Amino acid sequence: MNMNSITEITTTPIKKKYKKKSRFGEIWKRMKKNRIAMLGLAIFSVIVLCTVFADMIVPYSVALEQNIGDRLQPPSAAHWFGTDAYGRDIFARVIHGTRNSLVMGIGAVVVGISLGGVFGAAAGYYGGIVDTLIMRVMDTIMCIPFMLLALAIVAALGPGLVNVLIALMLSMVPYYTRVIRSAILTVTGQDFIEAAKACGTPDRYIILKHILPNAIGPVIVQATMSVGTMIIWAAAMSFLGMGIQPPTPEWGSMLSEGKDYMLSSPHLVIFPGMAIVLTALSINLLGDGLRDALDPRLKD
Amino acid sequence: MEPLIKTIDLKKYFKVNGGLLHAVDGVNIEIKKGRTLGVVGESGCGKSTLGRLVIRLLEATSGEVLFEGNDILKCNRQEMKKIRPKMQIIFQDPFSSLNPRMSVFELIAEPLVMNHVYKSRREMTEKILSLMDTVGLAERFVNTYPHEMDGGRRQRVGIARALALSPKFIVCDEPVSALDVSIQAQILNLLMDLQEEMKLTYMFITHDLSVVKHISNEIAVMYLGQCIERAESTELFKNPMHPYTKALLSAIPVPRLTGNQNKKIIRGEVSDPINPKPGCRFASRCDYCKDHCLGQDIPLKDQGNEHFVACRIYQ
Amino acid sequence: MMNEKLLVVKDLSVIYKTDEAIVHAVNKINFDIGRKETIGLVGETGAGKTTTALAIMQLLPERTGRITEGEILFKGENLLKKSKNEMRMIRGERMSMIFQDPMTSLNPIVTVGDQIRESLDIHNHDKKNKIELEARVDELLKLVGIQPRRKSEYPHQFSGGMKQRVVIAMALACNPELLIADEPTTALDVTIQAQVLALMAELKEQLGTSMIMITHDLGVVAQTCDKVAIMYAGEIVEQGTARDIFEGEKHHPYTLGLFGSIPDLEVETRRLNPIDGLMPDPTDLPPGCKFHPRCKSCMEICKHKQPEPHSFGNHIIVCHLYAKEV
Ligand SMILES: Nc1ncnc2c1ncn2[C@@H]1O[C@H](COP(=O)(O)OP(=O)(O)OP(=O)(O)O)[C@@H](O)[C@H]1O
Ligand SMILES: Nc1ncnc2c1ncn2[C@@H]1O[C@H](COP(=O)(O)OP(=O)(O)OP(=O)(O)O)[C@@H](O)[C@H]1O
Ligand code: SF4
Ligand SMILES: [Mg+2]
Ligand SMILES: [Mg+2]
Repeated sequence: MNMNSITEITTTPIKKKYKKKSRFGEIWKRMKKNRIAMLGLAIFSVIVLCTVFADMIVPYSVALEQNIGDRLQPPSAAHWFGTDAYGRDIFARVIHGTRNSLVMGIGAVVVGISLGGVFGAAAGYYGGIVDTLIMRVMDTIMCIPFMLLALAIVAALGPGLVNVLIALMLSMVPYYTRVIRSAILTVTGQDFIEAAKACGTPDRYIILKHILPNAIGPVIVQATMSVGTMIIWAAAMSFLGMGIQPPTPEWGSMLSEGKDYMLSSPHLVIFPGMAIVLTALSINLLGDGLRDALDPRLKD
Repeated sequence: MEPLIKTIDLKKYFKVNGGLLHAVDGVNIEIKKGRTLGVVGESGCGKSTLGRLVIRLLEATSGEVLFEGNDILKCNRQEMKKIRPKMQIIFQDPFSSLNPRMSVFELIAEPLVMNHVYKSRREMTEKILSLMDTVGLAERFVNTYPHEMDGGRRQRVGIARALALSPKFIVCDEPVSALDVSIQAQILNLLMDLQEEMKLTYMFITHDLSVVKHISNEIAVMYLGQCIERAESTELFKNPMHPYTKALLSAIPVPRLTGNQNKKIIRGEVSDPINPKPGCRFASRCDYCKDHCLGQDIPLKDQGNEHFVACRIYQ
Repeated sequence: MMNEKLLVVKDLSVIYKTDEAIVHAVNKINFDIGRKETIGLVGETGAGKTTTALAIMQLLPERTGRITEGEILFKGENLLKKSKNEMRMIRGERMSMIFQDPMTSLNPIVTVGDQIRESLDIHNHDKKNKIELEARVDELLKLVGIQPRRKSEYPHQFSGGMKQRVVIAMALACNPELLIADEPTTALDVTIQAQVLALMAELKEQLGTSMIMITHDLGVVAQTCDKVAIMYAGEIVEQGTARDIFEGEKHHPYTLGLFGSIPDLEVETRRLNPIDGLMPDPTDLPPGCKFHPRCKSCMEICKHKQPEPHSFGNHIIVCHLYAKEV
C-alpha cells in the first residue's frame, strides 16, 4: 500500500476540512441544543449571581432588621416578598439565605462524592478483600435511614451550619461509594481499558481518559439530584430546629418559622419554598443536560 | 530460523470461589518471524488468556515468554516500556474495544501520543491519516465516534491502532468473528497484505476453522488450558489426530442444506477447569478413553513432520 | 386469515437522526414469520439487521431512532400502537431478544447465577421457590455447557463465548413465543455452537417458538432457518425458502457475492473474494438499485431506476436482471 504518496496528496486540504473540534466546544455545542438544560443553566446562574452580589442587591442588615410595626405585611412595593413575624424583609432574607443553602447543598455533595469516590474507586479497582471490607461497612451504614443518621450526627455534634454539613455529607458517603464503585466496575470490565494498556498508556491516563469520562455519567446525575435533596434535607433540619440557628437567614428555618402563619400569611412559606424548588430543579436540569452532552452517543 | 516468540511451560491460574482455575496450563508454542500461528479451541479453553499472557497484558503464574530470545516476564517497567510497542493486540469485540467517548482521530492518536512518537501535531495528523488509508478507512471518518460506525469499520480502527507503533508481533484475538462474511474477507485480506508488507508475525486466535486454515501457517489446538495438537496447517486439516480435533473439524457447518446431518456432536460433560485432575482433559467426552488416559498428564509427542499430538492413542 | 402468521412486518422504514445527517437504516421492508418458523436475516454490517430487530422489539434508541412508516403485526395486533407498558409486558412475556453485544448486556456487578435467576424471577408464574429457581439456573447453565458451580462468578471472569452463552440462557429462560437472536453464536466455536443451535431447535419443537436468526454465517443459516431474507442497505433484496437461497438457480447478484466471499475449506486460495467496494453510506444512498455501484451485472437501467420485486412463487428477488423473465 502506498502510504507515503497518499498522505502527500491528501493531508493539506483535509486538515482544514476535518479540523479536530475541541472537546469543550463539542460538549458546549451539544449542551446548547438542549433547551431544558439551558433553562436550568440560566436559572442556576441567576441564583449564583444572587449569592455573589447579595450585598449589592440588598444589604445584609436589611435581612436582620426587625420592625415589629411592619410584621406580616403582604408583598408590596416596599417589601417585594412581604415581611415575616418580626417584620423582617423576606426578599432580603431569601437572597441572603441563598448562600447558606447553596453551601450546604453543594458542599455536602462535593465532599460526599470525594469521600465516596475514594472508597468506591478503591473497592472497584482492587476488588477482593478491600472491596468486601468497604462494601460491608457501607451496607451496614445504609441500613440506617438517612434522616435518622443525619439527625443522630447533628444531635451528637450540636446544631450549626458546619455540623449539619458534616452530618449530611457523612450520610451520603455510602450512596456515592456504591454509585461510583459500580460505574467503575462497568467501565474497567471493557476491552478498551486493556487496549489502552496494550499500547503503553500509563495508569494515570487510563484513569483520567478512559475510566473517568465513561464512569462520570451516572455520578453526575446522582450528584445533581442530591444537591437538591441536600438543600431540602438541610432545610428540614433547620425546620426541626437542628440546623442553622436564627436569626441567620436560611430557607429551611424560614419555612419553619413561617409554618405557624401559613394560612393567614402564605407568603412566609411560598417564597423560601419556591427558592428551594427552583434551585433543586435548575441543578437537576443542568445535570441531566450535562450528562447527555458528555456522551457522544446521545446525539439529538 | 530463530522463533520470534516462544513460550515455555506457560501457566496462568485464576483464583476463583471453588479453588484454582487452570486457564492456561503448561503451554509451549513458538512462532517464527513473519509467520502466523492459528490458535483454535473450544470456547473458554484459554485462548484469550494465552494471547494476553504472551504480550504480558496479564501476569503469568509461572513459565517463560521469550520475545526475540529475552524472557519478557522478567523485564521491569522500564524495559517493558521499550518492548510494549513491538507487541500489539487486536480485540474480538469491536464494540467494547474502542472507548466510546473518543473519536477515530483520538483513538488512533493514543498509542502515538503515549509513546511520544511525534513532536509536531502536523506530523502526527499525517501519520494518522496514512494509517487510516492503510486500513481502508475514508478520511471523512476522522471525527466520527465508534458508535456511528459499523463493526467492520470499527475493527479497522482497532487494526490502525495496533499498527500505529509499527509492531513486529500482533495477537489477533478473534478479530473477524463479529464481522459478516464479506467484511471478514476484506479484513483477512488486509491482515495478510499487512503481514507481507511489514513482515508481521501473528498469533491468530479464532474458533472459525475456515478462517484459521486460510490465514495460518501453523495451528495449535487447545483444550481446557492445554495445547493438545500442533501442526502445519494443511497437515492438520488433512490428518487430524486428536479425537477432539477430529470432532471439531467435523462440526463445521457448511453453507449447504445437505451435509450438516452426519456431524459428530461431542457428548458428555465438559471437565471442570477448576482444580482439574491429572490426565487427559478430554477424557470424559472421548470415545476412545481408556484407563491409561487418566492419572497422569499426557505430553505432546511428535508424530513425524512436526505434527505434535497429546493423546495416548499415539504414544 | 390474519392470525396465521405470528409476525408480519409491512413496509417498515426506520431512520436515525444524528447531528450531521439522517441515516436511512431500514427502507420499506416486508417479511413474515409463521409459528414454529425460523427466518434468517443475512447481510453485511450496516445492512440494518439489528435496526429491524430493535424496531420489532420497540427498543430503538429513544432520541435518535424513529419508525417513519409501516406496520409490525404481532398476532394481528399492531405493535406500533401499543403503549410503553403494554410493550414492556409483551417484551418480557412473548418476545425476547439475544443482543448482538453479549459483553455489555450483562451487569458487571451481579454474579452470573443471580442474573439468570432474576430473569427467571420476573416470569415466575408458577411461583417456584428459591430452591427450585436455583435448580433451574443450574439446568440452564448446563444446557449451554457451563459448569453450574461457576454461577457464583462475575461476568468478567468468564470468557467471551461463555458470556454469550449466559445471555442465550437468559433469553431462553422465559420461553418466549418469538425469539430474536442477533448474531447469537459469533463468539462460539463450532462444537459449542452446534450444541447451542440444537438447543434452540429443541425449543422450537417443544414450545413452538418462532425465531428471527440474524447472522452472517451462512452455515448457521443452512442449519437452522426455514426462510431466508438477504438484506442490503436497509432493503431486503432477496427472500425465499432456505432451498431457494441455497439451491435455487436464480439469485440477486449480492447473494452470489456473499456466497463467494466465504473461505472454502476444500479449495486453496491465497486471497478471498469479497464483493468489491463498500456498502453505500446510508445517509446518502445512491439512486436506482442501491447495489449498482458494486454489482458485476450492473446495467444502464440499474443506475437510475429502483428495481421492482420479482417473484417466482415465494422466492422474491429485487433486481432488474429478472425483469424480462416474469
Ligand atoms: N479474570 C479472570 N478471573 C477468573 N477466571 C478467568 C478470568 N479470565 C478468564 N477466566 C477463565 O479462564 C478460562 C479461559 O478463558 P479465556 O477467556 O482465555 O477463554 P477463550 O479460550 O478465549 O474462550 P472464548 O473462545 O470463549 O473467548 C475460562 O474458564 C474463564 O472463565
Ligand atoms: N444509534 C445510531 N445512530 C445513528 N446511526 C445508527 C445508529 N445505529 C445504527 N446506525 C446506522 O444504521 C445502519 C444500520 O445499522 P444496523 O446496526 O441495523 O446494522 P446491522 O445490519 O445490524 O450491522 P452489523 O452486522 O454490523 O450488526 C448503519 O449504517 C449504522 O451505522
Ligand atoms: S438490479 Fe442491477 S445493479 Fe442491482 S443487483 Fe441487480 S443487476 Fe446488480
Ligand atoms: Mg476469548
Ligand atoms: Mg447488528
